[in-house]
Amino acid sequence: MYNRVVIGMAEYWVSDNPEDVLCILGLGSCVGLCLYDSSRKVGGMVHILLPESIPGQTNPFKFADAAVSALWEKLKSKGASTKHILAKIAGGAKMFSGTDSLFDIGKRNVEVVKAELKKLNIPLRADDTGGNRGRSIMFYLEDGRLEIKTIGQKPVVV
Amino acid sequence: MGISFEKLNDIQLDALREVGNIGAGNAATALSKVVGKRVKMEVPLVKILPLKDVPEWLGGAEKEVLGVYLTMSGAVTGHILFVMSIDDALKIMHILLGDLTPTREQVLEMDEIARSAMEEIGNILSSSYLSALADFTGLRLNHSVPALAIDMAGAIVDVVLIEISKKGDYALLIETEFVEEENRIKGYFMLIPDTGSLEIILHSIGVV
Repeated sequence: MYNRVVIGMAEYWVSDNPEDVLCILGLGSCVGLCLYDSSRKVGGMVHILLPESIPGQTNPFKFADAAVSALWEKLKSKGASTKHILAKIAGGAKMFSGTDSLFDIGKRNVEVVKAELKKLNIPLRADDTGGNRGRSIMFYLEDGRLEIKTIGQKPVVV
Repeated sequence: MGISFEKLNDIQLDALREVGNIGAGNAATALSKVVGKRVKMEVPLVKILPLKDVPEWLGGAEKEVLGVYLTMSGAVTGHILFVMSIDDALKIMHILLGDLTPTREQVLEMDEIARSAMEEIGNILSSSYLSALADFTGLRLNHSVPALAIDMAGAIVDVVLIEISKKGDYALLIETEFVEEENRIKGYFMLIPDTGSLEIILHSIGVV
């Protein structure tokens, strides 16, 4: 039996229960980052809003530059190891066309997440980012597969 | 010091509610003209919501909606988002176009005709609220060319919520129900003034 956990904006979840399915519904320019240790079947997901931290705001899971290492720390405390860790990311779409800098936030979110993963030496195994469609993502902790749904398309698994 | 939504008093909320009323009235009148039939409205609900609850209020993060997004400039700066479910937008199009109404699939695939019809509806409705705000405050408000998106509610609102989240954790949402005979159509108007702009609005109305 699957146990669905929906992760809201600036929230995260880590678990070692293989029945857990971590989900973000209707992901636009935010980024969903999944980390998974395949040997221990420990995984985590975070719903990132912005590329850079804002002084005075204390929730690290809101910002790409802090969320990646914060999630990694949480995962390590659940028993994940550097040896078997991998990352999958989705989101970062540009929902409205236009020239406003606001519209590029998705792209910047993705860039910062990737840079942070690189710093931590976590291999990026799947990357479904950009474009102009929203996504719903489901991360299955039983095997680390990530299912991605967009409107009018068949779900894909990465 | 900026005033934020969650700290408004009852009088200030009432004033914003009144802007919502007038805006919804304008929107109903505009819709009546477009469809050539009398469109009435229910008294709008004005809500101050935590950001994370906004998609739920719109019918769920995966609800298929159209969103029209604009930025305000001039005396007041900030963002406007108008949201309507695809089903309700199709009802309007059906009154407007009859048998020529695009199918749901055409709308979701952003077929050219569907897109321009959706864009038109979104523009008319969002500018109705904006002109109410300008009239009520007496402020000169400019706005950008509206941008349209058709997608899941969560994805449509997240870019705007991101913008709000830089400053606070609440949004002002005006929910209006339009009524044309047996058709009931809900529109959601979100106002996101930049820091300082909410104060200018309230000051212009005379409730600060």
